[in-house]
Amino acid sequence: MANGEIVLGCLAPHPPHVVYAENPEQNEPFSEGGWEALRWGYNMLARKLKDIDYDCIVVLTPHWQTYIGNHFLGLERFKNISVDPIFPNLFRFHHDIKVDVELSEAMQRSAEEAGIVSMMMRNPDFRVDYGTIVSCHMINPDWDKPLVTISSNRSTHYYSDEVMNEQASALGKAVSKAIEESGKKVVLVASHSLSHRHFVTEAPLPEDMSREHIYNHSQYVWDMKVIEMMREGKMKEVIGILPEMIEQTMAEAEGGGLTWMMAAMGMPDYPAEIYGYQSVIGTGNVIAAWDPNSSTRAIVL
Amino acid sequence: MSESPDIRLGLYVPPHPHPLLAPEQNEGWGRLRDAFETCRQRIEESGVDLILIYSTTWPSIIGHQIQAHPNPVFTHVDDDFHFLGSMEYEFKMDSEFANCFRDFSEERGLHARTVAYDGFPIDTGSVVALKLLNPDNRIPACIVSSNVYSNRAEQIVLGKAARDAMSKLGRKVAVVVVASLSNRMFTEHIEPSEDSIHSAKDDEWNRKILEFFEDGRLEDISQLSRDIHGQIRVSKVVAYKPAWWMAAAMGQHNNYDGEVLAYEALHGAGGAVIQLTPAEGGIGDKEFDEDDVEFYRGDRSVLDQGMI
Ligand SMILES: [Fe+2]
Repeated sequence: MANGEIVLGCLAPHPPHVVYAENPEQNEPFSEGGWEALRWGYNMLARKLKDIDYDCIVVLTPHWQTYIGNHFLGLERFKNISVDPIFPNLFRFHHDIKVDVELSEAMQRSAEEAGIVSMMMRNPDFRVDYGTIVSCHMINPDWDKPLVTISSNRSTHYYSDEVMNEQASALGKAVSKAIEESGKKVVLVASHSLSHRHFVTEAPLPEDMSREHIYNHSQYVWDMKVIEMMREGKMKEVIGILPEMIEQTMAEAEGGGLTWMMAAMGMPDYPAEIYGYQSVIGTGNVIAAWDPNSSTRAIVL
Repeated sequence: MSESPDIRLGLYVPPHPHPLLAPEQNEGWGRLRDAFETCRQRIEESGVDLILIYSTTWPSIIGHQIQAHPNPVFTHVDDDFHFLGSMEYEFKMDSEFANCFRDFSEERGLHARTVAYDGFPIDTGSVVALKLLNPDNRIPACIVSSNVYSNRAEQIVLGKAARDAMSKLGRKVAVVVVASLSNRMFTEHIEPSEDSIHSAKDDEWNRKILEFFEDGRLEDISQLSRDIHGQIRVSKVVAYKPAWWMAAAMGQHNNYDGEVLAYEALHGAGGAVIQLTPAEGGIGDKEFDEDDVEFYRGDRSVLDQGMI
């Protein structure tokens, strides 16, 4: 019997700006574009995914924030409108999400067996967070695969970055075990930015790219350092210095996404594929993918 | 800037959904529910025509967001406590006040904007407060967000901008802050009957803050915000802001009759329902050691001016 496997891991940032800039029919506001370095990178990654055989996308998102462990989506379908609470002017997205409940339950059971506090979310009125929607739309605009969202436990704030690393690693291992046992081919998505300091004002035209730049140079240097380590296949080291990066750049990895994904993939020591880097309202965003298959792994940028 | 607004009362209420969705599951949650009900009656008796909410569970990044949709309708579900049920809502907002509040915020140097979108996710704390304090929507409301990066100066100026708008429009106002006291929750599932304040230290600090409230010493609590943040607030945001905003919005003094209607645990966090009624007299024994601020001028560019 074929074992389940993780066929790709994606670091897929979710500023709603990139969906806004694409003008998909599901999103109400209209834009004149913007953030091409990210959008074109995402388009490339979406094309790669079209050539990969997979059954499901599993996302860990920092915009479903839970304090009581990690929660898993536990109903077949979520059809609703998602309005971004921070950027409602940019993101009012009509979605119809299908969930792989069987896999979700298997992952939650595996987490529980590993001693991780966890819970299924079975309220039909629940609104799926915009992090999930943005990342999934950008890597799979056809929405033709089921997904599972896992919430982000706020252990960074409750304890420390180091505790977050430990807990997210344990969750990654538990999820990986469940995927293996499921026989399914799965794409993992860590939905977040790198450095994460925002400007607190917005240009009259949000997509005015003459106004877009990184919040400060220190954020940029950290982002570049981490991307270089990704290229060199030093993911164990990246996870090791993550607490310091989070401390200094408010990195959105504080939600556990990257640590979780890397632990599930066994801390890759091969180069990441880099699809693009750009700031969005001051935050640093990289699109990166880890392809365990060396014959399809590429140097993209 | 403007004459004193007609603030009839101030309320400090907890954000978690248990008093709304599950008051029968724990006696303490039930007592909080009863306290909300008492406040509902007092709001009604006070003759206010605006309920102005500052919610710590509505974070913003682009300045300060103010809810201006005249009639927001949706069904809200809490991120953690989804198993307690859904919160259907239909509210009546005072759009004129929201716009005026935005204008005065901008006049005082803040970046602010109104939001009025169908399906906008009104936060758990605001939904709980409005459903319990104003269940039949008799009184129009307004909600303002809590900017994640903002600190004392911005919060105080934001409170003063709210006063400007109250005065200009002549509203009779109930000022409502939605916030926990200590905000550390248990990180595991607990049976409702097992709920308690997360630690003795949190409980002791909460009780000390409640003494201040009972004495009507709101400005003193505002002055203690940084200490409170360091002692009993999980570092989700840079500071404990609600007391700064509330004190500024209510006039920066200690002259209130304070009443703690309930103090209970909500999954470990400190939940209190407190009423402050403006009064004559009042006490205060704190020396106010931080500058008052009327306008927000942003960063001070200290680095640019440094000659090293
Ligand atoms: Fe985000």
